[in-house]
Amino acid sequence: MSLFLEISFSAMANGLHNWLAGSISNATLVSVTEMAIAGVSLLLFLVPLCFFLGYMERKVAAFMQIRLGPNRVGPKGTLQIVADTVKLLFKEGLTPNASDKFLFNLAPIIVVVTSMLAMAPIAFAKNFQIWDINIGVLYVSAISSLAVIGILMAGWSSYNKYSLLGAMRSGAQIVSYELSVGLSLISIVILTGSLRMSDIVASQADGWWIIKGHIPVIISFVIFLIASTAEINRAPFDLAEAEQELTAGFHTEYSGMKFAMFLLAEYINLFIVSAIAATLFLGGWMPFHLGNWSFFNNVMDYIPGSLWFMGKTFLIIFIIMQFRWTFPRLRVDQLLTLEWKYLLPISMVNVIIVTMMAIFGWHL
Amino acid sequence: MDARTIIFYLLAATVIGGGLMAVTSRKIFRSAVFLLFSLIGIAGFYFFLDQEFIAAVQVVVYVGGIVVLILFSIFLTHGSGEDMKKPALGRAVFSALAAAIGCVLTMYLISEHTFQGSGKPALEPSAGNIGAQMLSVTEYGFILPFEVVSMLLLAAMIGCIVIAIKVKVPEQKVMPKIKEETEPVELEVVEELKTEEV
Repeated sequence: MSLFLEISFSAMANGLHNWLAGSISNATLVSVTEMAIAGVSLLLFLVPLCFFLGYMERKVAAFMQIRLGPNRVGPKGTLQIVADTVKLLFKEGLTPNASDKFLFNLAPIIVVVTSMLAMAPIAFAKNFQIWDINIGVLYVSAISSLAVIGILMAGWSSYNKYSLLGAMRSGAQIVSYELSVGLSLISIVILTGSLRMSDIVASQADGWWIIKGHIPVIISFVIFLIASTAEINRAPFDLAEAEQELTAGFHTEYSGMKFAMFLLAEYINLFIVSAIAATLFLGGWMPFHLGNWSFFNNVMDYIPGSLWFMGKTFLIIFIIMQFRWTFPRLRVDQLLTLEWKYLLPISMVNVIIVTMMAIFGWHL
Repeated sequence: MDARTIIFYLLAATVIGGGLMAVTSRKIFRSAVFLLFSLIGIAGFYFFLDQEFIAAVQVVVYVGGIVVLILFSIFLTHGSGEDMKKPALGRAVFSALAAAIGCVLTMYLISEHTFQGSGKPALEPSAGNIGAQMLSVTEYGFILPFEVVSMLLLAAMIGCIVIAIKVKVPEQKVMPKIKEETEPVELEVVEELKTEEV
């Protein structure tokens, strides 16, 4: 037990902080250096993660369709995504002649930057997160509302009717589904009484909310999964880039590394959404605890928190990837009907039930 | 010159620069994007003052709401892709003059006003405290503005629904799905229209 605690991520971060504070006298310089280290390590985490998610997506697709998937490049096709990246690197980054070049080049940057900003309050392990901001959940939903601007910008500046239509669809979709995402997050915030990520995780020490909160929390978990799949524009909600009707939607005109940035942002968003769901509903890095069974709880504590967190996150990523190969794409009217006539009323009633649960203490 | 001063001037440059670019840009979509930077800079000021809640609300309301609304209206406006015409010199001069006088007046008022701290210890801006203050009826509670704003939003929402209600026209009857969903009241309207045609 103690061995695991000594080599934990938070101990490493503290050790680094103490070493920096000891060797650099200026406090401002220490925090600037730490910010740089946090940013670089986030990038070093995200790029391999997106490589892996790209590989995983192909393999899950193959699994769902009973075929092998990539199997030629490298062992079991693991290097396929490296080959794809090299291809994208060598491609020419075309800019349409009639486009608004400033906005055209700005859009992919905005999309990637907003995705990365939303990573800040995510707790990877105990005491190991970039910014334990006191409004963590609100911060993530605020930042994710910025992403739509990048998409609208990309669609407008491409000077292409498909891009424009894709961007408008995407904008309408994100703006509508934001409501359901927010309401399902609010149900957990009501039960916890805090927006801070570390408080939310700490409140699940005696059981995850999905177990403690009975059926209402399960309902909001399902709503969160559906609505957030729509918010990150993944199939079956990929009307914004519906290949058959809009060629590729808002990124029709993008090629090379600019296109790769949209792809990167898409995978980062997938990870963030899954990490938020894992943190709020499945306890984040908190091991699986059952009430007062101290022996069982101690056994579970031997598995490091970071493994718990990644395991839960990848479970949800796997579920969202399965959606893609299970459901056909929705039409625009079906999309809006689903949100405004089903998800939103259900989640509003659900929030009221959860509030009553929190007031009367009906949860475990 | 410490780090706080540098960050302050960077944020101020973003806000003012974004605002200036927003009013001087010839392309309306670019103006909206520069307005976005200006508003994000203001959210940055709230973060700078450790008021994370207000900062996040600033981003949700102004960036996620208002700028997206502006962008959508630009998308739906005819001919909004072309460069706007240069304004006449007289108008430009008077606008600049009005802006300059407004700026000087505001700065004069701020420099003359003496700000007094309340002397009370600051509340911790946690979700619980913010919620309690928002619904509190005591001296510093915000229940009245909260209710007034919610009435305003409710009125706006009802207005939107009234504007968006469609009176079904006969052409739409060919789609069977719409016929199913039609309310009995609207069916009468459809029938009236039909008799008029006959």
